Amino acid sequence: MRGIISQKLGGLSSQVVGNYMLRLRPAASARHYSSATKEMTVRDALNSALDEEMAADPNVFVMGEEVGEYQGAYKITKGLLDKYGPERVVDTPITEAGFAGIGVGSAYHGLRPVIEFMTFNFSMQAIDHIINSAAKSNYMSAGQINVPIVFRGPNGPAAGVGAQHSQCYGAWYGSVPGLKVLVPYSSEDARGLLKAAIRDPDPVVFLENELLYGESFPVSAEALDSSFCLPIGKAKFSQCSSSVDRSQIEREGKDITITAFSKMVGYALKAAEILEKEGINAEVINLRSIRPLDRATINASVRKTNRLVTVEEGFPQHGVGAEICASVVEDSFGYLDAPVERIAGADVPTPYAANLERMAFPQIEDIVRAAKRACYRSVPMAATA
Amino acid sequence: MASSSCLTKSKTSIIHHLKSIKLNSHNLLHTISSPPFPLPKQTTTSPIDSAIVCFQSLYFRRQLHSATSVNNEVHQLPAEAPLQQVLNYPVGKVKFTPKLAFTAGSTEERVPCYRVLNENGQPITDSDSLEISKELAVKMYTDMVTLEVMDTIFYEAQRQGRISFYATTTGEEAINIASAAALNNQDFVFPQYREPGVLLWRGFTLQEFAHQCFGNKYDNGKGRQMPIHYGSRKHNYFTVASTVATQIPHAVGAAYSLKMEKQDSCVITYFGDGGSSTADFHAAINFAAVLEVPVIFFCRNNGWAISTPTNEQFRSDGVVVRGKAYGVPSIRVDGNDALAIYTAVSGARKMAIEEQTPVLIEALTYRTGHHSTSDDSTKYRSIDEIEQWRGDQNPVKRFRKWIESKGWWSHEAESEHHINIRKQLSQAIQAAERVEKPRIADMFNDVYDVLPKNLMEQEAFIRKTIKKHTQDYPSDVPL
Ligand SMILES: Cc1ncc(C[n+]2csc(CCOP(=O)(O)OP(=O)(O)O)c2C)c(N)n1
Ligand SMILES: [Mg+2]
Repeated sequence: MRGIISQKLGGLSSQVVGNYMLRLRPAASARHYSSATKEMTVRDALNSALDEEMAADPNVFVMGEEVGEYQGAYKITKGLLDKYGPERVVDTPITEAGFAGIGVGSAYHGLRPVIEFMTFNFSMQAIDHIINSAAKSNYMSAGQINVPIVFRGPNGPAAGVGAQHSQCYGAWYGSVPGLKVLVPYSSEDARGLLKAAIRDPDPVVFLENELLYGESFPVSAEALDSSFCLPIGKAKFSQCSSSVDRSQIEREGKDITITAFSKMVGYALKAAEILEKEGINAEVINLRSIRPLDRATINASVRKTNRLVTVEEGFPQHGVGAEICASVVEDSFGYLDAPVERIAGADVPTPYAANLERMAFPQIEDIVRAAKRACYRSVPMAATA
Repeated sequence: MASSSCLTKSKTSIIHHLKSIKLNSHNLLHTISSPPFPLPKQTTTSPIDSAIVCFQSLYFRRQLHSATSVNNEVHQLPAEAPLQQVLNYPVGKVKFTPKLAFTAGSTEERVPCYRVLNENGQPITDSDSLEISKELAVKMYTDMVTLEVMDTIFYEAQRQGRISFYATTTGEEAINIASAAALNNQDFVFPQYREPGVLLWRGFTLQEFAHQCFGNKYDNGKGRQMPIHYGSRKHNYFTVASTVATQIPHAVGAAYSLKMEKQDSCVITYFGDGGSSTADFHAAINFAAVLEVPVIFFCRNNGWAISTPTNEQFRSDGVVVRGKAYGVPSIRVDGNDALAIYTAVSGARKMAIEEQTPVLIEALTYRTGHHSTSDDSTKYRSIDEIEQWRGDQNPVKRFRKWIESKGWWSHEAESEHHINIRKQLSQAIQAAERVEKPRIADMFNDVYDVLPKNLMEQEAFIRKTIKKHTQDYPSDVPL
C-alpha cells in the first residue's frame, strides 16, 4: 500500500497537461554495453564477486554465522570454505556484537573482512560497532586508522517472517557519516557493487534482498570479467520500454522520474511498462547507492521530467524518499510540475498474516497510480476525500 | 596498496599503544608492591591484619591524593615492609602465591550431569529426587505426548503448504513439560521458541496453538507474528521474539520487578546453547547476580544452533560453568530425564524465591528434529547420531517406562490418548484454516496504546483505496 501521500494537489497547470501525450521515441543510447550474453542469479553474482575478491586479495576474509560449513543461511558463501579454508571463511558463535567488533578490529590491522549478517535485522545487535567503531574510526584517528570492512546480508521485508525479520535499514545506515551504503538490484549491480565495496577503504553497509537472490538477470561480458567494478555513489538510469532491452539502456526519459532501490527497482520497471501502455514515459532511476546519494542524477532527471515518484519499502518518516524529496525541493523546486509522490512501507511494524503483509508494502499498482496522479491522469485521492 | 598502508599505520599505532600500556603497568606495579608512604604503626603481628591495613591505607591515600593532589610524604619509603600473605580485597580475602600457575582453561573432568532415571526408566539408587503423585506423573506424561503429536501434525501441515513455517520441540519434551510442572503458574516465563510445552502445560489449548500458526483473526496475536511465536498474558508467557536471546535480560528485569513487589514467585527464561553466546546472556546473568533477583536461567543445550555444533559455539565445559564465573549457583541436568528436571527446577525455584538469587540450569539434550522447516539437518550431521538420540535417550519413552513400571500407565491408555489428541489436532487445524484472516484494522492498532491520528488517516485511506480499486487487492482482506 502507499505508506503516505502527503501533499495536496495544486491546480492543474495547463503547461503540463500535454506532456504525457508525447509518444515514446526510439532512444539513442548514450552508452553501449556489450550485449548480454549470459543470465546469472543475484546469488551467483554475489558468490562470484566474493570468490574473485578473495582470490585477488589474501586479506579478504568472510565471517558470520554459518557462512562456512553451511555455506550461509542463503548460500551466498557457497564453496568458499572448500576453496579458502576455515581461516578465511570463519563460522562464528551467535554473537553479532562480537563478530562485528572483531571484524572492525581485524580491519584496523589491515585485513578486509566481509561480515555477513543472517539478516540485517540482527545487525541491530551490532549497530554500535557499525556506527561508533567502523564509521567513526578514520575520523577519530585523524585518518590514521581506516576501516576497510563490508557488512552484508539480506535487508528489507522478506515473505511471511514477521516484524522482527522484515525491515529496511537503508534510511538508518544512510544517515550515518563515515558509512557507504549500497543497495544492489540486479546481478550486475550485485557483482559490481560488492567488488567495489570490498576494495573500498571505507566501511560499507551492503544491503541485499532475500527475495532477489534467486532471480536471474542478463549480465554483460564486461560485468563477468573479474576486473569489473561499479562506481560507488552513482545511480543508474534505465527506462522501460517493451521494445528495447529494458535493463541495460540509458535513454532520455520524458514524463516522470521514478527512483527506487533494491527489489523496488523491479517493481518500478514493471510499473513503467504499464504506464507506457497508457502513454506515460517513465524514467526509472536505480539508486544503487544510498550514501553517497547521487543527487546530481536525480535532480538532472527531475529537471527533464518535472515529476517525481520515490519508492521504498522502509518506513515513510525520515525515509530515503524524504531525503530525495528534500534534495529536489532544494535544488530543482522550480522545475517541479506536480507534488512529489512518496511511496513507502506502511507506518506499522510488519504484520505476519499474508493478507496484511501484502498491504504493508508498496505494490506495482501503487506506483502506477501515484505516477498517474503526478501526471494528472487520474482523479487524485485527496480530491475525492 | 591501501591495505598494506593501513597495516603499517596500525602497526605503528599499536606499538605506540603497547609502549604506553607498559609505562602505565609499571607505575601500577610500583604502587602496589611498595606503597610509597609510611604505614601506621602496627599493633599486631598477624600478616592478615597488616594486609588489611595496608589495603585500607592504600585506598585512603588514593582518595587523599585525588582530593589534594599534594602529598609531601610520597617519596619516603616505609621503614619496614609488612609481610602480606593475603590481600584483603573489598569482596573477600585473596591468598598470595609465589607460584606462577595459570588456571586451566578446561579440565579433563566435566561437570557431572544430574540424573535420577536411567535409560530404562529405572530409578537410580540413592538418587535425590522428589516424590511425585500419580496424577502429576500422568499429566506430565500425557502432555509430553501431546506436544510430540502436535509437533508432528503442525510440521506436516507446513510441509503441505498450509502454514508458512514451523519448528518442532522434538527431543526436548521433558525439558518443556517437567520444568513447567515444577513451576507455579504465577511464575513468569520468558521463552526462546522451543518451549511451547510450557504454554501447553499452563492450559493454552490446541485450538489456540492452531489459530496462531495459521495467523487468522482468532489468533490471540492478531496475525502479527510468524508461527510458533506464541505469547499469552493470561498464562504469564511473554511473546516469543525472533531475535535470539533478547528474552534473557527481559527476564532479569521482570525478576527485579518481582523482587520490588516482594512476590513469592520467580521468573524462568529459556534459551539455547547458541543463545548463551550472545551479549544479552552475559549482561543478563551478571546483572541478575548483582541485583540478587529470583530468576532461573534455563539453558537447553541441545548440541546445535542451526548448523553450528556446540564446539564451535563455545570451548568452555558447556554453559553450567559460566554460573560460577558470574557468582550464580548452577546445576547440569540430564535434559531427557523428566524426573531429574522436575526435581532440579523445583529446587531452583525454592532457592530463587527464598534466597532471592538467580540460578542457572544447563540441561543436556539433543535437537532430534531439524532446526525449523527452513532447514535440512542431514546436510550437516549424521542420521546415526540423530537416531541414537531418538532411540536410547528419548525422553518421552523413558518417562513412559517409569510410569508403566509404577503401574500408572498402560498400553490401552497410550493408544487412547494418541487417538484422542490426533483427532483434536486435525479438527483444530481444519477450524483454524477456515477462519478468515485478520481485519485491516489489525494492521494499525497496537502500534501505540491509542491509535494516533496519522494511522487513523492511513487506515481510512487504505479502505477507500481498496473499495475503489478492488481488482488490485486480494479478496482475503476483511475490511
Ligand atoms: C540475534 C540473532 N542472530 C541470529 C539469529 C538466527 N537464528 C535463529 S535461531 C538460531 C540458532 C539458535 O540456536 P540455540 O540458541 O542453540 O537454540 P535451538 O534452536 O538449538 O533451540 C539462529 C542463529 C537470530 N534469530 N537472532
Ligand atoms: Mg541449540
